[in-house]
Order: sequence, then C-alpha cells, then structure tokens
Amino acid sequence: MVDDELAGVFREELRDLLDSLERGLLDLKAAPQDMGLVNQVFRDLHTVKGSGAMFGFVELAAFIHRFETLFDRVRGGEVPVSAELIRLALAARDEIPGLVDGVADPEGRRDAILAGLGALAEGTAEPAAAVPVATPLVTPLVTGPALLEFRLLGEALGLGARPEVVLAELRAMGAEGIVADLADVPPLDLLEPDQCHIVWRMRLPAAVTEAQVEDVFLFTDAEWKLVRALPEGEGFAFELGEGAGEEAGEEAGAGAGAGGGAVAAPAGAGPLAQVAATPVQAASVLQAVASAVAEGPAVVAAAATIRVPAERLDALMDAVGELVIVEARLTELARQSRDPALMSTAEQITRLAAGLRDATMTMRMVPMRSLVGRFRRLISGLSDNLGKPVSFNVQGEDTELDKTVIEKLADPLVHVLRNAIDHGMETAEERQSSGKPQTGMIELSAEHAGAEVLIRVRDDGRGMDPARIRAKAVAQGIIAPDAVLTEAQVFALVFEPGFSTATEVTELSGRGVGMDVVRRTIESLRGAIEIESTLGSGTSVTLRLPLTLAIIEGLLVEVAGEKYTLPMAMVQEIVALPPDRALPKRTGDFLDIRGRFVPFLRLRGLFDCAGEPGAEQNVVIVATGENRVGIVVDRIVGTNQTVIKQMSKLHAGVRAVSGATILGDGSVALILDVGHLIGLGRGTGPAGFAGMAFAEVAA
Amino acid sequence: MKLAVLQQKEQVTLVTLALGSQTLAISADLLREILDPLPVTRVPGAGAFVPHVVNVRGSVVPLANLKIALGIPDAEADERSRILVLEIPLDGEPALVAIQADAVYEVATIETGAMERLPDTASIWPPEYLIGLYKGADGFVLLPDLPAIFSAQTAQAAAA
Repeated sequence: MVDDELAGVFREELRDLLDSLERGLLDLKAAPQDMGLVNQVFRDLHTVKGSGAMFGFVELAAFIHRFETLFDRVRGGEVPVSAELIRLALAARDEIPGLVDGVADPEGRRDAILAGLGALAEGTAEPAAAVPVATPLVTPLVTGPALLEFRLLGEALGLGARPEVVLAELRAMGAEGIVADLADVPPLDLLEPDQCHIVWRMRLPAAVTEAQVEDVFLFTDAEWKLVRALPEGEGFAFELGEGAGEEAGEEAGAGAGAGGGAVAAPAGAGPLAQVAATPVQAASVLQAVASAVAEGPAVVAAAATIRVPAERLDALMDAVGELVIVEARLTELARQSRDPALMSTAEQITRLAAGLRDATMTMRMVPMRSLVGRFRRLISGLSDNLGKPVSFNVQGEDTELDKTVIEKLADPLVHVLRNAIDHGMETAEERQSSGKPQTGMIELSAEHAGAEVLIRVRDDGRGMDPARIRAKAVAQGIIAPDAVLTEAQVFALVFEPGFSTATEVTELSGRGVGMDVVRRTIESLRGAIEIESTLGSGTSVTLRLPLTLAIIEGLLVEVAGEKYTLPMAMVQEIVALPPDRALPKRTGDFLDIRGRFVPFLRLRGLFDCAGEPGAEQNVVIVATGENRVGIVVDRIVGTNQTVIKQMSKLHAGVRAVSGATILGDGSVALILDVGHLIGLGRGTGPAGFAGMAFAEVAA
Repeated sequence: MKLAVLQQKEQVTLVTLALGSQTLAISADLLREILDPLPVTRVPGAGAFVPHVVNVRGSVVPLANLKIALGIPDAEADERSRILVLEIPLDGEPALVAIQADAVYEVATIETGAMERLPDTASIWPPEYLIGLYKGADGFVLLPDLPAIFSAQTAQAAAA
C-alpha cells in the first residue's frame, strides 16, 4: 500500500493531530460557543482526512469525511455543539488509530458512531431546519424517548418565572440533551427584557408522563409540547406551529447575515449558569460569539521544526556523556603535563563540550503540555462517570522537562489525579452541604525551582484525615499502635505497599496498589513526593523532579578515601565542622547555622567507613524546599560535570545512592540521594531507616 | 534453569573458572568479556554479594562475589584473578553484571549427557542456585544458575 517510511511519517503526524483534536473537542465541551475551537477541530479533521487519503488510507478518509461533514455544519452554525456531539466526536476520534492500523470493527462500533454523527448532522436538514436553529439531540441507539419543548409565554418572566428552576426540575426527571433555541431572540435594540424569547428542547425518559410534565409547568405560564415515540430516521421535526416556524425562518436569515449565525446554547455540557437563561444574557452570548467570530481563526505560526527519532537523541546524549567524561580526563592530563599548548586546547574542548551538552539537553526538553491532553480527557471522563462535577485547571503547561522524565511521569500523575477525584473529591451534594461550590476544583501546576521541577496536583476536596490513616495503618500492621509520628509521616504512610483507606473498592482506586508504585516511579527518577492536606479543605500532592536525568553539576566529596557526588543544585553552603563536634556525641547532633538548628548526618558512620576522621571535617548543607540537613564529609574535592549512570537493579535496595558517575581518572563515584539523606536526617524517611539514622547520630 | 533445558542441546560451550578451590562453568553465551582486575567502588550498605561497582568501558556495572551466594570459602586473590562481564536477564531485561573469578581456565565444549543433577544428599551447596555438575579433569565442575542467583538478589534489593 504505502511504503513503511511514509506511513511512519503519517502516523507521527497523526498522533499530533489526534492530540490536538482531542484537546479541541474537550475545550469545546467547556466553551461550546467558541467558533475558534470549532474551526480548529474542523481544520484538524480536514488535515487528517487529506493526509490519510494521500497515504492511501481510504477507509480512514471515508470515515473522517462523515465526521468532518458534521463539523462543517457546526461551523456553519447549523448544528449546535452539545455534550452528545462531543461524546460521539471523541468516540469517533478514538476509532481513528484503529482505522489506520487496519483493526477490524466486528461490533459495528464505527457504523454506530457514524450513524450517531449523521443523525446529529442531519437533524437540521429537515425543512424547518434550513434554519440555523438548535436541534434537540437523540442517540440513535436509544429508541422511544419523549421529546419536550417549551417556551415561557408573555409576561411570565416579568411575573417572576424562573426558567432555571423549571430546567432543574426537568433535569431531576431525567431530561437530557437540553438545548436552548435562540433563533427567536430579536436584535438587542428590539429586545423586550421581560419577555422570554428562548425555546428549550430536551429529551425525557420514556417513563415520564404528561401529568408529570404538567406539574412542572403548574405555576409557570408556558407553552409546552411532549412528542413521543419518535419514528426512527425521521429526525426531529418539531412542529413549532406555523407562525413560529416562519418567524424562525426570517430570524435565521437576519442572523446568518450578521456573520455569526444564530447560535444555540446547549445546556447539557455545563452547569445551568451557562445556559442563556434570560433574553438579556442570551443577547450577550450572541455578542460574545459575534466578537469571537470577528477575531477570526487564530493565526497559527508554524515554527520550523524537524522530527528526529527519540533513539537518535538518546544516542547523541550518550555520546555527549562519554565526551564529558573524556574531557575531564583530558583536562586532568593537560594539567599534569604543564604544556601550555595542550592546556589551552583542553580548555577549548571543555568549552565546546559544555556547549554541546547544553544544546543536547535542551533538545531533549519537552513541555508538560504534551502530557496534559490525556489528563483533561481523564478528568472529564471521571467527572462524568462519578457524577462529581470538577473543573480542571492547568498552570505552567510550558514548563519543560527531560523527555525521559515526562514519559515516566504519565502513569504516576494519572494515578494521583484519579485519587484526587475518586477519593479526594466529594459529591456535589456533600460539597453543597459543607458550604463549598458544587463544582470541585483540581489544579495541575508545574514550575521550575532551581534544578528541580515542582509538579503539584491540588484539589479542594475533603482532605486527608490523619486519624483515619493512622488507624488504618495500625490495623494493617504497617505501624505499631504506639508509634509516634508527625503529620507528614502519617501522610507518607499512604505510600506504603498495601495501604488503602478507601472503605469501598471502587472501579478506579482503593485496591491499595498504586501509591507505592507512584512513589517508586518518582524515586527512580531521582525525585520525591510530598503530601500536604487540610481536613475538609483539600489535598496537595507535590512531585519534585530533577530537570534532567542525564548530566548534572556535581559537588565531589571524599569520605574515608571514597569519593561521592552531591547534586550541586541541592547544595546550599559548606561550613567547617566545629572541632568539638568532630566525634559523635550522645545527644542529638545539630548545628547552629545563623541561629537556625540544622540536623546533620555523618557519612562515615552511615556508610560504615573504617578509620578515624581527620582533624578538619566539612559539613555540606543540602536542602529540598524548606528542609535542610548537614552532611559531614572529610574533604571537598571540587565541582564537576556529572554524567548520571543508573545503578543496577541489584543495588535497588541501597536508598542512599541514586546513581553513579565516572570520574576523570576512570573510577566510579556514587551519587548520593539527597532527598533520602534529608529524610534520614529529619527522621521523616521510611520508618525503619529513621530509627537507624537517629541511632547513628546519637551513637 | 533446569538441567533438562540445558540437555535439549547435545553440546554446550562453557567457560570454566576458579572460585576458591572450586571449579565453576558458565555458559559462554552469557560472557561479554574477561578483564584484568579494575579499581572497584564500594557501595555502602549493598551487602556482601554485590558489594562493588566497576567501570566497564563507560558503563557502571555491579560486581558480584559468587562465593557468597554459593557458600564457597574465600581464598587469597593473586595475579590470576579476573573480572568476567556477563549479560544476564534481570527481571526480564538483559543487564550487564560482572563477577569476580580467582582464575579463568578455558572455553570448552561439553556433552550435556555427561551432566548430572546435584545429588539430593551430601550437598554443601544451595541446590536452588545450581543447575547441576559434571566431572572434569580435576574433579567436579559446578554449573551455577546465574539468572536464579541474581533474581533472588534483585527481589531482596527491591524489598529492602
């Protein structure tokens, strides 16, 4: 069919396009009136179709064609954006990779989706709908729902009728796909503020009786109509009554001339407040849309980029890593030779190697944005499934991280986000009764802090209950009943294997696998994870990750003749160990650093080194965030470029070491895991180790 | 690995080496290179079985002491000692691992029919770490089950 290389290029492109499409659809769900988004979705579809056809994916092109047709109508204002439309469009998007890979569709899923999309597109192709009016929606697979439409009559609004209350009642009866038809809304200067010009249409469950509907409108002067047993394929030809139909037609002509077309505000997609509930609001919605249209499609500047297979970047990084090591060796030899020509050449090599290193590392940086798309989808899906309305905010999408870190970060973040919505978030009712807004908030933020990136998932849910976690940990035998733990240590218990406080195992979480895997993954990236939580007002999970996994600036230290490297970015200062502290004492080891007490660890003791320390020892003060710990070493050797090599799985149990590096003389120096050492020093590390550290410090 | 798996082939190529007074044979397929002793770096807290790492052509490779796993008494190292770099599956992924040998003898092709299971009685070696043994020129040659030995170590390390 197509040669593999071309098909590969297409697949690469397709992945980006599908991401963009998904993002566009999800954004559209939140902002259904945004014509810019509709245009973007249309463009993406069009590109997929075009490239698909070009590369010979005929079936794909045919599938997209029908998908695209629908969006063409949306673009023309003929079909409103609704929750149902977004749902089907996302389902259709998910079929695209299968079509490209030639995966069969025995269940007829694709046909069903296309039929659904077709029904949406053609709903307005009926006579009355040459008019750009809103269309009620129907799922073709469901038969027999009753369709209801109503409008408030005459002075109803002026007399205090509240359409939002009526809609809420209808929704409680099971109304779905609520659509507001704004076709009759007159231009602003002709608008009568106390008249309602909106017609609402919706689907009601088949079980709803006329009498029930009548009850809803008992105190409201409204005209309503319930249509049942819609014959299949007939569309949604609501009979609006002759006058109404004609009026709508005229209105439509005027509206279309105005550029934006009359726009339907779907209600299903969002909270009621989004529905234009009064004519005044409706008018402002129309204006907003008109201005959005006037702005036109955003000009997308295509930067000149080149696609490179990830393996080639990895190979380049490896080569640069070797170069940095050899360069260190060369510098060492040049210094020993004292040959000025050789020394100056070595200096130039050093400079070039540093430039090459920086350029290579920059190439490997990927913005967080590449991950966020799938999170939006996840949150949106979970929010719907669990019936917990949630708004998802993302801050700092442009924050860049090494691609390896980004790749490995996806799963842990999915887990943390799931927990936030599944465990952390209350239901809308619970939120209301505790005085919070019904819609919960989940925020994902990313920011640089020194040589680290902080990624934070914050929710305004129910928070974590230290007492409950503690009780659970005792019940599960993770801690002893009389264990004395700080709040931070209690929260850290959720990372213990087998820990789960969920009283019920839900489909999503609560099996107690997961948080320990999250911690392990983050630690394998030389990162750390922290939890802060306030009962009743929310939880914040912070991931601290190194900017890069490849090369760092290191501080080389010596302890009993052995060399170790500390990440320079975590080193705050170096002080001499006061002579009276040269040997460990019975009481706790603290240093007074400008009036603040900083605990410290002796590497000689911790690493079980032979011999006695010399007369002069140094303390390297390292920090993550607010936590500072001193590390006592014999000697500071200097700073160096540290090419990080992973430790073997055989050494996975050595928590104090996060990696290794090769020095200029060819020997191996271990890279100390500063986060772990700080945990030891502060006694917040894993329970078993904390005791050991204190014993060491006190011994 | 079971002896039966090894015996699916009629012949296997092995490298024989000395650990203390014991002779061992390792499948030549696993062997990447044999090196003269290198400067080693101690890994604090790593335990006696894999106490060090070494630099093998720019890779940091763990250096294991099989005497610990197999319960072979230590002997004085001399100028014959070598480091063998092996590629062994660890948790399903190939990984470089170095082992210390007090001497490396030869690469030999051995009839698998001559190999036997470890006798159930009178075994001073841990049976779970040995595939079997065969009779060589100067006594019995042990066939260590390296994947089993190293997998046990990774499981222990992960649990720590």
